[in-house]
Amino acid sequence: MNRLFNLFFTGAAVPGPFWVMVRKEGGDHIRSWRFIVMLLLILFTFLGAMHVSLSNIRRVVTDFNDPDHVFVYLKLLTTSDNSLPTFYIFISFLGPLLGIALGFDAINSEKNNGTLVRLLAQPVYRDNLLLAKFYAALTIVGVLFLSLVLLMIGAGLLITGVPMEAAELFRILTFVVLSMIYVGFWLSLSIALSVLFKHAATSALTAIGIWLFFTVFYQLIVNMVVRTVLPDPASLQPEQVVIYNNIILSWFRLAPSQLYTDAATTLLMPSVRSLGPLTMEQMAGAIPAPLSFRESLMVVWPQVTGLVAATVVCFAGAYYFFMRREIRT
Amino acid sequence: MTTNPIIELDRLTKNYGTKKAVDHLSLKVNKGEIFGLLGPNGAGKTTTILMMLGLAEPTSGQAMVCGINATRNPVGVRRKVGYLPDSAGFYDNLTALDNLMYIGRLNGIPEKDIRSRAHNTMEMVGLGAEMHKKTAAYSRGMKQRLGLADLLIREPEVMILDEPTLGIDPAGIREFLTLIRQLSRQQELTVLLSSHHLHQMQQICDRVGIFVEGKLLTEGNLETLAGKLFGEDSYVVQVSVRTPLTAPGEIERQLLALPGVTKVSIMEGNVDVSCSTDITPDIVRLFVQNGLNVTGVHKKEYGLDEIYHRFFEKNTKKHILNEQAV
Repeated sequence: MNRLFNLFFTGAAVPGPFWVMVRKEGGDHIRSWRFIVMLLLILFTFLGAMHVSLSNIRRVVTDFNDPDHVFVYLKLLTTSDNSLPTFYIFISFLGPLLGIALGFDAINSEKNNGTLVRLLAQPVYRDNLLLAKFYAALTIVGVLFLSLVLLMIGAGLLITGVPMEAAELFRILTFVVLSMIYVGFWLSLSIALSVLFKHAATSALTAIGIWLFFTVFYQLIVNMVVRTVLPDPASLQPEQVVIYNNIILSWFRLAPSQLYTDAATTLLMPSVRSLGPLTMEQMAGAIPAPLSFRESLMVVWPQVTGLVAATVVCFAGAYYFFMRREIRT
Repeated sequence: MTTNPIIELDRLTKNYGTKKAVDHLSLKVNKGEIFGLLGPNGAGKTTTILMMLGLAEPTSGQAMVCGINATRNPVGVRRKVGYLPDSAGFYDNLTALDNLMYIGRLNGIPEKDIRSRAHNTMEMVGLGAEMHKKTAAYSRGMKQRLGLADLLIREPEVMILDEPTLGIDPAGIREFLTLIRQLSRQQELTVLLSSHHLHQMQQICDRVGIFVEGKLLTEGNLETLAGKLFGEDSYVVQVSVRTPLTAPGEIERQLLALPGVTKVSIMEGNVDVSCSTDITPDIVRLFVQNGLNVTGVHKKEYGLDEIYHRFFEKNTKKHILNEQAV
């Protein structure tokens, strides 16, 4: 356990400044009220989602029309009776909040408290601070998701007694990594905003504004624009409708939450074989059977790449602005 | 004088847009010296310090600290130089000791030594009793002490203190400055202080440099500065007598006859004698020989205040002239 802790939080035997900062940041997060609040929020939604899925699990796994009915543990994560959204839908809402909560005041609060200049007067590289903040927060998010998922698996094992398939475990672990990347995107966005804006409140509000825009308004706007710009789908040929739908979908996919839910759906529902519209010809002859883990991974690869790219862009922006910033107050 | 410069600035320049914050600053500070960087707000003191630490990039020129180029190898410089910013902040959610230990760890102090070293440093700066308090509960003066502890735990070769006395009460300032001087003498630390408080600098600095609008106007110890500025009349002796002088002309003549006296002004019972060397005993003797009842003798030395005002006056005059010219 100690070795594992060292691996994640201290790295080498004599910790360098980077690991010292990671440890301090991690400690700060864990003790902070905002993390505790987020933790409780996520814990409650997790328990709620698990309660709903556990009470429906018997019905779902005996539904032989569903090709995924053999995957009990994936069903635990994806089953809902429409009274509550499933856990991964919750994460697509709460993940951004978690990322924003952990990052929105990363740099500007240090600057306002006068700790930034004191810290940078130590023999540390400037980028180490940024990287440490990102790494510490992401590690905590990873540990949080991993422990939730492991709790779920444990509970599932106790309640159902069904042994787990290796493919299921891989899918679930990939889902955890995906969720980390998703939260990582919002984390790096909010860190970038915390570099750009002087006040923590401004950066928090801006980050939340961006989040709200993508969750609430973005789809409305895309629909509206597409309807005014493109012809009415009722007057189109079937193959044109496919193109039409693809255009709408590619615009939707600019929103990180769309990428995340697409990828999560594919990973957690092995029978999902395409994320775009399929024509009848493409469907013809396809046996409704679950895909292998590798094939599902191939399907979501563009989504994962997109999320990683967005994260890297935000982080690079934060880095660029922070390295050029005058640090005096 | 400059036998062993530990800080060496060579035509250091920093422009912000068209404004010159620091303008071709050349300066040498020797090992073990306490150097005061003196100037009004916005003179470019902090900018200069940040360039010495490699936290700001000079537009031209270079800063060598401990033989290391601060722009090229900022981390190398920061390993040897401790810096106390003018408003040092601490993590309020941590105790003072934790704050200190964090800095210690960042400087690579081994985990097994860190606690004892932090304890010792806290005792040294006189915060031994308060080290387990959260820094949120610390007063301004205590924070400055903690900032000093921050520097000392690293055992730096050079300490740079930016406005270290800002916001501390007078008694606290004296203690703080005494502590710095003591530490500097004991451990042969080089200290660079910046301030606009002249009296305080006078108390502890070996040498000061006067810094206005990014330029170093003059540097040296107080005597040479006074000499440079006030030329002949660098000493003024004020003598008070109990009753107003009956024959002021006679006394004035006698005083002017003394070697080195340049000017005498008599106001009722007070006589101001300006002289180029310190001849206070001769002046007093002259008064006594004349049978005058001397109630007080006050040697007026030119403090930084006067030096500073002299410079400031010159500058404002120049300003006014410039404005008129425009």
